Amino acid sequence: MSVLHAIKDLVNEPQQAAQTEPATIRSFLDLSGVSIDFPVRGGSFRALDRVNLKIAKGEYVSIIGHSGCGKSTVLNIVAGLLQATEGGAILEGREVTQPGPERAVVFQNHALLPWLTCYQNVELAVKAIFKGRKSRKEMREWIEHNLKLVHMDHAMHKYPAEISGGMKQRVGIARALAMEPTVLLMDEPFGALDALTRAHLQDSVMAIQAELNNTVLMVTHDVDEAVLLSDKIVMMTNGPAAKVGEVLNIELERPRDRLALASDARYNQYRSEVLRFLYERQRRPQDV
Amino acid sequence: MTNRLIHYLEMTGFTWMVPVVRLVRGENLREQLGELFNRVGLPLLAIAIFLLLWSALAAQVKTSLGDLPGPVQVWEQAGNLYAEHQAERGRERAFLERQVERNARLLEADPNAEVRWRSYTGKPTFVDQIVTSLKTVFAGFVLASLVAIPIGVACGLSPRLYGAISPLVQVLKPVSPLAWLPIVTMVVSAVYVSDDPWFQRSFVTSAITVMLCSLWPTLINTAVAVASIDRDWINVGRVIRLPLATRIFKIAIPAALPMMFTGLRISLGIGWMVLIAAEMLAQNPGLGKFIWDEFQNGSSNSLGRIMVAVLAIGIIGFLLDWLMVTLQKCLSHDKTAAQ
Repeated sequence: MSVLHAIKDLVNEPQQAAQTEPATIRSFLDLSGVSIDFPVRGGSFRALDRVNLKIAKGEYVSIIGHSGCGKSTVLNIVAGLLQATEGGAILEGREVTQPGPERAVVFQNHALLPWLTCYQNVELAVKAIFKGRKSRKEMREWIEHNLKLVHMDHAMHKYPAEISGGMKQRVGIARALAMEPTVLLMDEPFGALDALTRAHLQDSVMAIQAELNNTVLMVTHDVDEAVLLSDKIVMMTNGPAAKVGEVLNIELERPRDRLALASDARYNQYRSEVLRFLYERQRRPQDV
Repeated sequence: MTNRLIHYLEMTGFTWMVPVVRLVRGENLREQLGELFNRVGLPLLAIAIFLLLWSALAAQVKTSLGDLPGPVQVWEQAGNLYAEHQAERGRERAFLERQVERNARLLEADPNAEVRWRSYTGKPTFVDQIVTSLKTVFAGFVLASLVAIPIGVACGLSPRLYGAISPLVQVLKPVSPLAWLPIVTMVVSAVYVSDDPWFQRSFVTSAITVMLCSLWPTLINTAVAVASIDRDWINVGRVIRLPLATRIFKIAIPAALPMMFTGLRISLGIGWMVLIAAEMLAQNPGLGKFIWDEFQNGSSNSLGRIMVAVLAIGIIGFLLDWLMVTLQKCLSHDKTAAQ
């Protein structure tokens, strides 16, 4: 199997090389030929098959696809939480081999530690990352600054069990932002929230993005969310052996306003392109 | 203010006091009285029925030491035991006072006189035996926890280590600690040799026996709890590159604490039960020895005194469990620990 792949890679190599951009325009985050096999009973299961993806600095990129297609797997490989079987991710010229704060993750279910207050949750990260670089006072200011950024400064000494789901996710985002990541990874960050809270949090993320201009890689299954937030939408084909199907550039001016965009022709055009990809070309196998 | 009080009552398990506080605050009478009846009235009723049945049935049983004692006789014996304890303390005080006087007199007559200070060696009373047993069970329990928690955490973090020691644990766990007792006694008397020992040898033997049986629930619960920590919490630690020690103390142990406490509670409960049996068998000082001595003594009061000891063992066991639950509620993030 792997020998066969190696041969195929060799055959495909010239074509791929021709497609890549000139080396002078070095991308910020570069995934090349990422494949991953998971061991299953009596062999292995190929979840991702030679995924290529380039992200520029300051770009907001969404990965969209049907559930189970491996979009979270891509994110986990960039985070270093999973190791690719073949290929890999390169961030600012360095290969990703392990997790690190420069690739902060916002987890789907917030992943706040319930025995720590909101402040202490952020503090745990800040203390570990800025040890020796920031004084105690600077750390406190930095933690409070980030909680203020997500509008959680009023409840920072509460425990996660005492605040709502949306507020927990805000703290999760504050913790990730406090790591000063070079790329912010968000794994379906609004997936567990109700529609109104989700819209509210999306607006917050857009406002923070306008201020900090982070590089963001977000996994989502919500078409509106992807079009509203992203500069680029990466659409993945269905697994097994999922790969990048299409990449759609969203050229809508910022700041974006969800109400104005609802009747915007280009917005609806982008939306229907993503929908067409998901529901016509990549219908889930069991639906056919 | 009263809300704080109610919170503390609930934390400490005194939920039956809550309606009283609400009554004092002047909340609706009927509801709170109903609540009070459910929480206090019904248990009291059950206890009253139990006492009635006990006194009625006990009188029917004739033993070689007279009738089986009912609640009244047992209560009398409890009073006697306490009076004996007070008397013994009185004698001790008198002895020590006499000693001080005598030595003072000797020193007054001759400043270079050799004075001797002796400690009082009277018969240990019922209360002394309770204190001995409590000390022993705590020593054994603390020893067991000091061994079991680190090993459990290590096993939880490393499935290979857990796999390696799992068969050993499975084989040693079901062994009754009383089967260990002869071995522990021989090993302690061979190894624990000292002219001026910190602890009595019998104390060490009992504590180690308690430790051997209260090791396993803590170890297994800790290992399983650490192994089943939410993946996301582990990943948070990996992303912020926490050092191993911080990962263990800031993430693994707090996350595992609710389940660890369940293990500790079971351990302490087993430890207390085993200790009494070990004391009876090995004639080591404590409540177990008290029961055995009374049984051998065979006076007409013996059965009543043994029943006092049985009740004391039950109440202390209950208090120990209550202590653990309260500690768990204070320390762990999961405040819903079962009472």
